[in-house]
Amino acid sequence: MNIVARLTDVSRIYPPRAGHAAVHAMGPLSLELRAGEFFSVVGPSGCGKSTLLDVLSGLSAPSQGTVEFEGKPVAGVVPEGVGVVFQEDASFPWLTVEDNVAFGLRRLGTDPAEIKRRVDFAIGFMGLNDFRRAYPSQLSGGMRQRVCIARTLVLQPRLILLDEPFGALDQQTRLLMGDELLRLWRETSATVMLITHALDEANLLSDRIGVMSARPGRFIDVVETNWPRDRDSRLAERPDFGAVTSRLWSLLRTESMLALGQGAVAAQ
Amino acid sequence: MSKAGWIRLVILAAFFGAVEALCRSGAISPKLVIAPTAMVEAMVDLLGSGEMNDDIRQTLGSVGIAMGLSIVVGFAMGCMFYWLPPLRRAVEPFLAAYYSLPHFAFYPLLIVIFGLGALPLIVLATLFAMVAMIMATLTGLDRIPRVLIKTARMQRLSLPAEIWHIRLPAAAPHLFSGLKLAVTYSFIGVIAGEFILSTSGLGHQIAFAYDNFDNKTMYGLILFVLCISIAFNLLVFAYERRLARQRGL
Repeated sequence: MNIVARLTDVSRIYPPRAGHAAVHAMGPLSLELRAGEFFSVVGPSGCGKSTLLDVLSGLSAPSQGTVEFEGKPVAGVVPEGVGVVFQEDASFPWLTVEDNVAFGLRRLGTDPAEIKRRVDFAIGFMGLNDFRRAYPSQLSGGMRQRVCIARTLVLQPRLILLDEPFGALDQQTRLLMGDELLRLWRETSATVMLITHALDEANLLSDRIGVMSARPGRFIDVVETNWPRDRDSRLAERPDFGAVTSRLWSLLRTESMLALGQGAVAAQ
Repeated sequence: MSKAGWIRLVILAAFFGAVEALCRSGAISPKLVIAPTAMVEAMVDLLGSGEMNDDIRQTLGSVGIAMGLSIVVGFAMGCMFYWLPPLRRAVEPFLAAYYSLPHFAFYPLLIVIFGLGALPLIVLATLFAMVAMIMATLTGLDRIPRVLIKTARMQRLSLPAEIWHIRLPAAAPHLFSGLKLAVTYSFIGVIAGEFILSTSGLGHQIAFAYDNFDNKTMYGLILFVLCISIAFNLLVFAYERRLARQRGL
């Protein structure tokens, strides 16, 4: 089995700062991402899910352990071939949709004809054709997130990391964006890791789901969904769909109570 | 024109109409204020005669240099304080209290240091305007959303590329606020300085006309200074509006 990214005994501890004690945010944990899989991470609030993504992407360095992407160590720099989509709106408000999407390619000095080809594809793929010349302020939250996905997509990443990208969207839009994400995953054959707090979303989109404990977050289980690769939001209609969500919740309930400071109730 | 624009126009027209009527009827003595139309006439006459050309050149030149220096040096110092937090923490109280200082009280000292002429005025206006630009630069850089910095790292930009392509455009609305203030403070610094002690320039000519009860010249020059200052600010404001519209602000 081809492993795209590997974390080995990784921990992240934030050093003490301005009178606050050190925070052990995550780990030690280990994880292997298989080539072409859709992996999601769920866990209680504050368990270190986003920290995990930051460490895996190279946006921050682990305090302990090693991170590898395609067999090479990741050391505090985002490697070529890794794309990240954040929860917050990261579109550049001073650029049009087209210029936002082309941003990374222009910085790389890519041939203009190639930029046009890739930008046209990404904009069309994300359904933004009618908004090419619009500024992000003229778009809805969901469309702005699509701009950010398109901007990542044009760089043709082999590993796409998504940090709760649909967190600010309503449920219907989330479902439709999930369908688009699945389509993107199938057509690009990239490996995708999604951080989410929505169990249904993780269930619907993923081949495997890593369930994290309360802080410091560790993997307490990895659930295999066994869904067909060709799937969309209609998967939720299947009778066995609820069973996977229930399993995720049974794994998470105690951890979520611990995270909420209800350790005594959880112990009962 | 927008509704607010029309209301603004009506307020201005009503104000100047009322002043015009009061002046023409003699309710306001011409020794105090002359009618707005007479001010316009005086300004046109002064500009047409060319007698103020040297003063205009000197004042606008000083304002231009002070403006450029305060914007460039203020921006550079703002960036330096942003990237050197201990230095910033050390100077922040001075910056916060800066505009409570009576800057013009230092003008005689600047003359002692820099001599008579335009230089002390340029220094005074630059010092007066620069801190507004420093503060605006700091605010702009502080308020760049963290996610944009993370995006820059995700795009593997070098630090200069990150500054040029992400940080500066993201901070632009605040930088323009600083720029607008620097323009205004440069005008105030130069003209107020000329008013106090200079022997030439528009500020001096206004003071000279005032001392000689030459209301026509005084109001004509005041109107000219107002027009120039408003024109500069409108230019910056127009660009600022364009930026704000782009960003849905």
